[in-house]
Amino acid sequence: MTVRTAELLMAIATILMSMGLMWKSTELHITWVPEKGPGSGFWPFWLSTGLLLASLWTLARWFLKQTPESRSLEPYLPREAIYVVGVSVGAIFFLLVSIHIIGIYLGLLFFMLFYVKFVGRHSWPLTLSLTFGVPIFIFCLFEWALTIPLPKAMTEEWFYPIYDLIY
Amino acid sequence: METILIALGGGLLQAFEPLNLTMIIIGCIVGLFVGALPGLGSVNGVAILLPITFLVPPTAAIMFLAAVYYGAMYGGAISSITLGIPGASTAVATVFDGRPLAQKGKADVALTAAAIASFIGGTISVVLFTLFAPPLAEFALRFGPTEEFALMLLAFATFIGLGGDDIPKTIFSILIGLVLATVGLDIISGKPRLIFGDVTGFLHGVNFLVLAIGIYGIGEMLWTIEQTRGEVVVHKVTTSWKSFVANVKTVREYIMTTTLGSILGYFVGTLPAAGATPASLMAYGLAKTFSKDPDSFGKGNVSGVAAPEAANNAASTGSMLPMITLGIPGSPTTAILLGGMIIWGLRPGPLLFTEHPDFVWGLIGSLYVANFFTLILNLAFIPLFVRVLTIPFTILAPCIFVLCVVGGFAPTQTMHDVWLMLLFGIVGYLLRKLNYPVAPAVLAIVLGPLAERSFRQTLLGSQGDPMVFVQSPISAICIALAIMLVSYPLVSRVLKARKAAD
Repeated sequence: MTVRTAELLMAIATILMSMGLMWKSTELHITWVPEKGPGSGFWPFWLSTGLLLASLWTLARWFLKQTPESRSLEPYLPREAIYVVGVSVGAIFFLLVSIHIIGIYLGLLFFMLFYVKFVGRHSWPLTLSLTFGVPIFIFCLFEWALTIPLPKAMTEEWFYPIYDLIY
Repeated sequence: METILIALGGGLLQAFEPLNLTMIIIGCIVGLFVGALPGLGSVNGVAILLPITFLVPPTAAIMFLAAVYYGAMYGGAISSITLGIPGASTAVATVFDGRPLAQKGKADVALTAAAIASFIGGTISVVLFTLFAPPLAEFALRFGPTEEFALMLLAFATFIGLGGDDIPKTIFSILIGLVLATVGLDIISGKPRLIFGDVTGFLHGVNFLVLAIGIYGIGEMLWTIEQTRGEVVVHKVTTSWKSFVANVKTVREYIMTTTLGSILGYFVGTLPAAGATPASLMAYGLAKTFSKDPDSFGKGNVSGVAAPEAANNAASTGSMLPMITLGIPGSPTTAILLGGMIIWGLRPGPLLFTEHPDFVWGLIGSLYVANFFTLILNLAFIPLFVRVLTIPFTILAPCIFVLCVVGGFAPTQTMHDVWLMLLFGIVGYLLRKLNYPVAPAVLAIVLGPLAERSFRQTLLGSQGDPMVFVQSPISAICIALAIMLVSYPLVSRVLKARKAAD
């Protein structure tokens, strides 16, 4: 996909999104409510209208080839970019999914192992020190120092002995 | 003047309290690293680190984050000079002469000049800040909701008029930030708004940190991964005490351009859309214009390093002036600081000076202290910072992603926000590739609730008469300036076209 096509698709997507936001705002009062002032939907409705106009303006500029992007026939996401960015996004996605199932600490462990060893191809000693070091650091900082409990899903019970020690 | 000095003395004493001083020093070190690493700047550092500051009281937290901001401005020069890649956009102008100096084997000269110029810029701007902040805050006490709204309108207009980005895309960015701020319970009626798909996670609104970390943590990291896939070459830096003393003595060569750059940087920094990047570019241009040897610029002139470095440091302090006195952030980083202040239960704006003088003067005092420590740390640890730059991205990136995920979870402690953050990161990356500016969205989501409240309060008070916005002189001036700023790009385009036709 070229940058030119991407700008067109993005403009269309933002137009649809703006219209959706306008429609959603109309679930509330978008006009003046006596003795209460502008209704709850007034502000988001008119902001969404502004979004729609700005998106239409971008679309018009695309048709007139006024933006550098509308004239660019370069690939929007070059092949190498898709690989390197895709791997990162995919890894974060699976990290978030794993947080729901196996909890954040096991999730972080697998995430670091994948990124450092299989993407970075670093040595095993470095990989293992980061794989175990990062979750331990996060635990000490957030759970111990900041007392912010992080989601542990099915591994929650494993932490009971540690809670007894630190709290 | 005497009251200012007494208050400043109190602020300095506060900055020297053990906890605060420790936080300032850690902040300086972290900031230097954050600034030095390509792809990470003050805004990324402050956004990712804000959730961690809940560990300490608000005063220590703001001192830490301000020190990170300061340190990052110093640190940006390190990668600009040794790698030829700006550590942050604010250090772009430093590459022009910093890189040629490094190629000539004079990286130490450039790094010392950058550090000293940053110190001079920081010092001049902090003094200007101390002098301007109290009277401006006193003046701003006259502001009611009408004036507040007009001022915010002016802040957004500066992005359109002076941002230099595509206008409809800038407007889109501002408005999407404002719309996202409306998600959740209505601040006046308490009714739920824009709850997409009845997902309960939207009821608590879209936290500004979720957007900021998404855009500046994940989105920016994806952008940097894509941009810096190739090998980077770090220029060797050899330092010795003797060469350091000799480099310091060359300060006379660039003291004038540094001073001018500092003053220019400070005032440009106070404008919401301008900030450190244009300030440093303008200071570079100014230094070249007034130089006796303009041809040497771009080939390794020390003034070409000193002027932008002084300006970007001065601009970072300048951007704190409207944040502290008016409640309007002067840069994306100060927008996040302002959001942090709201989390800590403080209401940014003129009342801060009267209601929380310890906080304000503590922050001002910390700027003096941070400026001094950053200079010392920077000069002492240059070889260490250069070494850090050789850390492969495949180690740095996952660590930053982990901090983003945990940082996105910490404020509200819901996975909903973490998913939203990933979405914002991906969309922010895709939008950025199409030249949509992202900074206005972050500023808008922070100012959104304040803007809506003042807008609705004003209209409620005037029974729906919009003329109230032009009846107050301050508001009328702000709106007139906003209209002028918005029409400026269009007018200048027409004038250029007419000139070309002639």
